[in-house]
Amino acid sequence: MTTDASSIDSVRTGEIEHPDTVANQVFGFWLYLMSDLVLFAAIFATFAVLRHNYAGGPMGKDLFHLPYVFGETMFLLFSSVSYGLVALAMRQGNKALVLRWLVVTFLLGLGFISLEVNEFYHLILDGNGPGRSGFLSAFFTLVGTHGTHVTFGLMWMAVMMGQVITKGLTTPVQSRLLRLSMFWHFLDIVWIGVFTVVYLMGVM
Amino acid sequence: MNHAPITGAGASSGSYKSYAAGFILSIVLTVISFGLVMSRVLPRPAVLFGIFGAAVVQMLVHLHYFLHLDSSSENRWNVAALIFTVLIMVIFVGGSIWIMYSLYYRMM
Repeated sequence: MTTDASSIDSVRTGEIEHPDTVANQVFGFWLYLMSDLVLFAAIFATFAVLRHNYAGGPMGKDLFHLPYVFGETMFLLFSSVSYGLVALAMRQGNKALVLRWLVVTFLLGLGFISLEVNEFYHLILDGNGPGRSGFLSAFFTLVGTHGTHVTFGLMWMAVMMGQVITKGLTTPVQSRLLRLSMFWHFLDIVWIGVFTVVYLMGVM
Repeated sequence: MNHAPITGAGASSGSYKSYAAGFILSIVLTVISFGLVMSRVLPRPAVLFGIFGAAVVQMLVHLHYFLHLDSSSENRWNVAALIFTVLIMVIFVGGSIWIMYSLYYRMM
């Protein structure tokens, strides 16, 4: 009973008692990312099957503008690297530097999402929304699922900025920043698959 | 509260050098992919091979330089989970394409 009470206390105060806790959290989060990868595999499989079902509507090469997609890719790649600088600043224990690179990463991620929302907006405005054809349904599902992940990553990042300011670089905060970095790099890896399969193959 | 920097497997073991190397390699591979498609000089199968090769290499670059995944013993279970997931993905995507194209071929 005494061990139960002390573990509840440690949960309440946010302290991490066990030395393996951070490693377990990182591994558990890695397993979540792997299951998320299976979700993306399902959507990639759907897109691969439906990508020629145009229903008389526009094809990829009528809709996609590769320099624009290259710009989106660069936003995401630069944000991945700037999150790497968050991780390095965190190891030095430099709170101000962590915050600065978190803000840079957030703005780059926001730039990516803004470009994507703008692309979706103009597609739908031109009558090429997800209801137009099987190809466009699969396109909006795949790219939209990735964009939703990035949006939730941005929300998580905003929360972490608040935690770094109010709590400082405590062990639980560092552990969360570490897992957010895995999530962020993971989304960049998924984007490599998206721009190759959807955009580059789409205009060929 | 403990303010000591945490260490361990995963994303914590990078350096400026590894992020710079990953960044430069990623830029080069992305430019190769977009350049192959936009230049339209190579035949279609060569372009397909090129962009898929560049994508796989870039994914490995990200895993190595950004997620710091390697064959060290503290990463062993991370790598095992990744290999299993990749196997599931290959069955999932490959199987779907195989079945649906076979169906399409027989329905013509």
